[in-house]
Amino acid sequence: MSNLSSSSPQEAEKFVKTSQSERQAWLSALAKAPPAELMPLWERLEAPEAITLRQPETGMVMVRGRAGGSGDAFNLGEMTVTRCAVRLNSGETGIGYVSGRDKRHAYAAAVLDAMMQSTVFRPEAESLVIAPLKAAAHARAERVSRKAKATQVEFFTMVRDRKA
Amino acid sequence: MPMTSSTSLSLDLSQLLPGFSDPTRESQTAFRAIMNATARPGLVADLSGAPTPPEGLGRAAGAVALTLVDQDTALWLDPVFRNGAVETWLRFHCTCPLVEAPIDAAFALIADADKMPALDAFNQGDAKYPDQAATLILVVPSLTGGPVLEMRGPGIADVTTCAPRGLSAAFWGARAELVAHFQYGFDLMLCAGDQMVSIPRTTRIGLTATLTDQGA
Repeated sequence: MSNLSSSSPQEAEKFVKTSQSERQAWLSALAKAPPAELMPLWERLEAPEAITLRQPETGMVMVRGRAGGSGDAFNLGEMTVTRCAVRLNSGETGIGYVSGRDKRHAYAAAVLDAMMQSTVFRPEAESLVIAPLKAAAHARAERVSRKAKATQVEFFTMVRDRKA
Repeated sequence: MPMTSSTSLSLDLSQLLPGFSDPTRESQTAFRAIMNATARPGLVADLSGAPTPPEGLGRAAGAVALTLVDQDTALWLDPVFRNGAVETWLRFHCTCPLVEAPIDAAFALIADADKMPALDAFNQGDAKYPDQAATLILVVPSLTGGPVLEMRGPGIADVTTCAPRGLSAAFWGARAELVAHFQYGFDLMLCAGDQMVSIPRTTRIGLTATLTDQGA
């Protein structure tokens, strides 16, 4: 991963100051978005020129989990991911790791990651793509947690170790 | 100057050069050229279609690394390549583990034969698995104009010649001693610019008068 904090002072000026967690948030939104949700937003953008450093390629990653969210890590199973790396003509390097096999999705994610690091392209990328994706992801999470909550059963004889 | 240690997880990608633009076809084309060159020692493979590698590597050395090195093959990098554009490029595109000790390497990428570790520092394979011996990718200034090597062995009809520059008589002497213990030994790939010549361990090299005159 490119490390923004290690860029030279001249380079640093080109980038919007972004904390690592901020970048994680947009990469996460791009990675988890279903292509059907991302692609219409992507097509509305005027994407800047970019060279491809790593052509989109599909592979597997091991997903790890923790029992109850706090236990020992275990291997949950493998999932399919597609990754891609690009550099905008203005110099920003973007990385896309997305779930599934859609190469256009991975390419779009990489270009959007690079756009989000650029002062010039960030406003457009953020308002047209990242913000709607985050809102959709939030709504999806909300829906799932409502559904789950509706099936919650309280037993008188059992005590939960964590407050739900 | 970005400094990444060998254990560093983060790579500075701001200057990274692209790898193969069509990885499947281009790596197959390069593999074919490398395989033919290895089957016919002395045959010069042309790898000019490969992507431009970082400073210090020719297209041929870059193409050999991109094609043969991957996450399952440990790579020993010449110290002059460490912590720079070459290391970043190889770690990114080959995703290979880098090793500190030459003995642990399946492949070694060497910038200067005069300053490299002794040849017997590299893995010579073992009786059960001779295939695990190291392959040394040597960057040389040129494949012509050096002392003439007379090469004989499998893949060569009678005798063929090659005249790489930058390799001393002492180097060829040390190689001859090690590959004499066939099936142990190691395979060489000499790369200069866009061109590559493969010298597997089975090739016998005649120390011609011209070569011995050159001295170490």
